[in-house]
Amino acid sequence: MADDTSIRALEEKVAELRTMMESGGVDLSEEITLLEKKLFALRREQYARMSDWDRVKLARHPERPRGSPLVEAVAENFYELRGDRMGGDDPALRGGPALLDGRRIMILFHHRGSTREQQHACRFGMATPQGYRKAIRLMNIAERLRLPLLSLVDTPGAYPGVQSEEQNIAGAIAESISRTLALDVPTLTVILGEGGSGGAIAIAATDRVLMMENATYSVISPEGAAAILWKDPQATPQAAQALRLTAPPLMELGLIDQIIAEPVGGAHTDPKSTADELRTAVSNHLHELSSIPLDELRALRYKRYRNAGSVRAAADQRG
Amino acid sequence: MPIRRDDRGRYVEVEPRRTEETAWLRCRECGELVFRRKLKESNHICQRCGAYFFLTAHERVTSLVDEDSFEPLGLGATSLDPLEFVDRRPYQERLEEAQAITGLNDAILVGRGTLDGCPLVLAVMDFRFIGGSMGQVVGDEIAAALERCAQEEVPFVLVVASGGARVQEGMVSLLQMAKTVAARNVLAEAAVPFIAVLTYPSSGGMLASVGSLADITIAEQGAMIGFAGPRVIEQTTGERLPAGFQTASFALEHGMVDQVVTRESLRAELTRALSVLQGGSHG
Repeated sequence: MADDTSIRALEEKVAELRTMMESGGVDLSEEITLLEKKLFALRREQYARMSDWDRVKLARHPERPRGSPLVEAVAENFYELRGDRMGGDDPALRGGPALLDGRRIMILFHHRGSTREQQHACRFGMATPQGYRKAIRLMNIAERLRLPLLSLVDTPGAYPGVQSEEQNIAGAIAESISRTLALDVPTLTVILGEGGSGGAIAIAATDRVLMMENATYSVISPEGAAAILWKDPQATPQAAQALRLTAPPLMELGLIDQIIAEPVGGAHTDPKSTADELRTAVSNHLHELSSIPLDELRALRYKRYRNAGSVRAAADQRG
Repeated sequence: MPIRRDDRGRYVEVEPRRTEETAWLRCRECGELVFRRKLKESNHICQRCGAYFFLTAHERVTSLVDEDSFEPLGLGATSLDPLEFVDRRPYQERLEEAQAITGLNDAILVGRGTLDGCPLVLAVMDFRFIGGSMGQVVGDEIAAALERCAQEEVPFVLVVASGGARVQEGMVSLLQMAKTVAARNVLAEAAVPFIAVLTYPSSGGMLASVGSLADITIAEQGAMIGFAGPRVIEQTTGERLPAGFQTASFALEHGMVDQVVTRESLRAELTRALSVLQGGSHG
């Protein structure tokens, strides 16, 4: 991002002054307040000028709240369930029951890892067939125990590897979509960071789909689109723009239901308030969904996906 | 006749196969000049080297259903270009060009017909139409066909020839995966059979949705079957791809399909598969 370095420099300065104040006993609070104001203004200014490509970078920001730390911040008593019961466990797609605002739910989430080792182990959040088969297993448990399903999506895409293909990644994604659509419990997705193509939709065909303000959701990465359609990696920012992968256009297209506000500068600037906003939004939607009879819920869900981006539905809307 | 294109996992490409037809086509495999009319008689297989030529959707339909039994059921819709997408060229232009080349509204041809007298609904994809990619029209057509099959209790046959999702329709195309799977679930509830035929290529979002959810899945020899393209895999993982990767026999070996058949025997195999699934009476 254009001003990332100046923002970073200011952040560091503020942190430095705080340390000085704490260790030295000098009162620097006025200076700190002044710098923080400046920092906020800078962030807001930069925020307003953000291109779609900037937003992609924000969605991928290394410090963005995500994965298990975010789950712990949003929900209580998370109990991780591991393994697909068919030969393995994928650390990139995780889940288990938890309490959210007093409601017991089943959470599925992509995990990118924070340390280098973790990131390698979970391939930066790219799930394998084992991950999607574990997701199906957890959905089955959710249905048996009548737990609403919450999918927290944050993945560059499903893992494109030789072993993924040998273990039928396409079939695993298809089965996962099918199971999600047929679930006899309320279902909800939040796109947290990157909603990468098949790896995202595999667990995101739910009753409601919400997006964080700086999340992206796309059929292909901007890099991939630039390579295939423009045949030029330089066209990546252009591709990001053309794909309409940010929340507002997807809201306009009727493909998502709500945009969850993030603090100015992005979720990473205030993980606590981000978690609070997320919890409130999820809780509200789960509350609404829980009041709809299951038969009706499934009929609404069918209608939603049957009409999604449909030529006829669009024509009806216009006509 | 050696019909083993499988190891290379590719058909011979004859492009562009425009509507203004030339009388002769060159086989890119062996260089033979083939008389187009002869090619039709041979199921579009090169008589010299056994290579498979691409089939258009109409040619595929002709090769599978009883003569003169096919009746189109298409919705007649064209893509609304929901993103007003422009890359090096406007998507609208690509659409118009593809429509002119194929004579189709989009990458799929749907209709009813009979196979050895048995009624079925057939949906055949056409790779010439923007790589057989699935956008809103393909999604709508497949969903409508599945719903019709559920209602009329007629088996559904889908012949896949698709590179995946229609990138130019962005998220609208990704959601067609959910749409087609939702409609597939309706067919399942109606206990009506669904057979998928995977040809060159069957990949990406098309394979990761309705393409992988049939009751019986038949691969045509020479098909490419896989989620991610070879280049993407190599670039992302640095892995070397094993010989025969993502071919029809690879898919069979790894449990993704029930049968691999030659183009000549596809019709007979489909008849057999349809008959074996029909007439379930339990419940």
